[in-house]
Amino acid sequence: MARTTPPTTEGTTTPVAASAAPPLPGALVTRAGRASKASAGVLALAVIVLAALPYIAFAGTTSSMVTFFVLLIMASMWNLLAGFGGMVSVGQQAFVGVGAYTVLAFANMGINPFVALPLAALTCSVFAIPTSWLAFRLRGDYFAVGTWVIAEVYRLIIIRFDSLGGPSGMSLPGLNGMDPVLRGALTYWAALALAALTILGCYLLMRGRTGLALTAVRDDETAARANGVDVTWSKRLVYLVSAAGCGAAGGILIIDSLSVQPNAIFSVQWSAYMIFIVIIGGIGYLEGPLLGAIVFYALQQLLAGYGSWYMIILGAIGVAGAIWLPRGLWGTVTNKTGIQLFPVGYRLNQPWTLPPNLR
Amino acid sequence: MSPLLQLSGLDKRFGQVVVAEALDLTVGEGEAVGIVGPNGAGKSSLFAMVSGDLKPDAGRVTFDGEDVTARPAHQRCRAGIGRTYQVPRPFEGMTVFENVLVSAAQGSGLHGRAAQQQAADVLAECGLAAAANQRAGSLSLLQRKRLEVARGLATGPKLLLLDEVAGGLTEPEVLELVELIGQVKARGVAVVWIEHVVHALVKSVDRLLCLAGGRFIADGDPATVLADPQVLELYFGGPETEEGAA
Repeated sequence: MARTTPPTTEGTTTPVAASAAPPLPGALVTRAGRASKASAGVLALAVIVLAALPYIAFAGTTSSMVTFFVLLIMASMWNLLAGFGGMVSVGQQAFVGVGAYTVLAFANMGINPFVALPLAALTCSVFAIPTSWLAFRLRGDYFAVGTWVIAEVYRLIIIRFDSLGGPSGMSLPGLNGMDPVLRGALTYWAALALAALTILGCYLLMRGRTGLALTAVRDDETAARANGVDVTWSKRLVYLVSAAGCGAAGGILIIDSLSVQPNAIFSVQWSAYMIFIVIIGGIGYLEGPLLGAIVFYALQQLLAGYGSWYMIILGAIGVAGAIWLPRGLWGTVTNKTGIQLFPVGYRLNQPWTLPPNLR
Repeated sequence: MSPLLQLSGLDKRFGQVVVAEALDLTVGEGEAVGIVGPNGAGKSSLFAMVSGDLKPDAGRVTFDGEDVTARPAHQRCRAGIGRTYQVPRPFEGMTVFENVLVSAAQGSGLHGRAAQQQAADVLAECGLAAAANQRAGSLSLLQRKRLEVARGLATGPKLLLLDEVAGGLTEPEVLELVELIGQVKARGVAVVWIEHVVHALVKSVDRLLCLAGGRFIADGDPATVLADPQVLELYFGGPETEEGAA
């Protein structure tokens, strides 16, 4: 039978803090390695070169690059969601659609669509709050299916609004008077800026205190919780950020095509693209979506002329990647070499790798 | 002095299997308590209910004078309940140092350099400093068990729950672990230790309990509990068996 016994030791219960070794001068940890310092330069240079592209390349090139940036934004957001938050959503098209329709709604009110882009991102994270109350009640497979259903519900609600074009969609007002070349360039720059901002934002998020907690959640939710990580809060944060990013991507899509069609913008295809890119590139690594988006975009360009073979080959590559490269291209590279393009890790400096008595 | 941890009337069953039945337990501040019991007795479930991984069907968990029964696991950790898992659960993609830094930053609530300092010190104390920059997924079993303890310590616990940290280790490794637990105890941290490696436990605890079928069937000083016929029957297969055979 259970009994209770009075405490036998009169201990002083100060929270554990460590042994009594005096702190050493100098930095305890190093964040950036050589590879990541070099990659920061390369990425900054890439953004500058890409920013100059409308002056040196044909409009066709910049226009197809818009698609690349949109895919990169979406994939980075899905990577945050699934890779770090453990939430495998197939319903991110909900926010792609809501973002596009937000730009449309503001444009109908006379607000410039480019100005409406950040508002679309904001609107989507506001919509994501009640959505998360619903979706977070579900786990695993049910979460995946649930998010898809929620996206469908958003579509069904939006087509009820005749002012937004109803089931057949409508064209975007506000940019018709603009010179097409200038409009194309502005769209390209907006997409580039958002993509750069997305990557920078993800990097800053993952480099900080929250990022460390999210990485722990990625690796083991239960252990993360037991070590003090507020897993639910972390997930909600990631869900809101991811909704905002997808909303901005949706906004770019409607500006790029100058019209919106509900079935296309709320298509589950967007989630399929996000998943493919992240799986191929490396889930749970900031570098993954970047690498995956480049591979996906290259495949799209290469196979564009092959009709349905395009989808078959893409599917085969996805399956092969999932079987032989379960950590994706980047995961395989970084596990072998330890290289990080984005220095989010911590390296403990030398004296600290010795026990206190040997320092 | 108020008790640190108090369980009262904990009930938990999974279908027909009873893992806790009207369980009561009080652990004082700085007390070291060992728990033995056959497989399926409900030992790990007991920890799960204390740490917040598992909700009891009935009963109350009070920690440090506060009812924490409804509080989620991360809040209990921040309140001072550190734990290890029987099967180590390292954050495999992170380095050993990063693993411990998570606990120092999130569990202890330390920021910046203070968190890093705490993580580094705990690693040194747990004999993991040389592996600090290694990926946790590449660790050996002993190192994984040490990492469990290190993470638990880095959360700055008042109570540390150890779930079979000596299982699967060689004899010298067990002795190293016993020494580490001794240091933890010496700092005034209360320890509740579930263990099948009984001799390691006996060296470290002030009090031993035997859990079987979701109830404590013995509670007292280790020697008395191990001589209890009921315990011998359950845990060692009968009173006639020599203790060394276990």
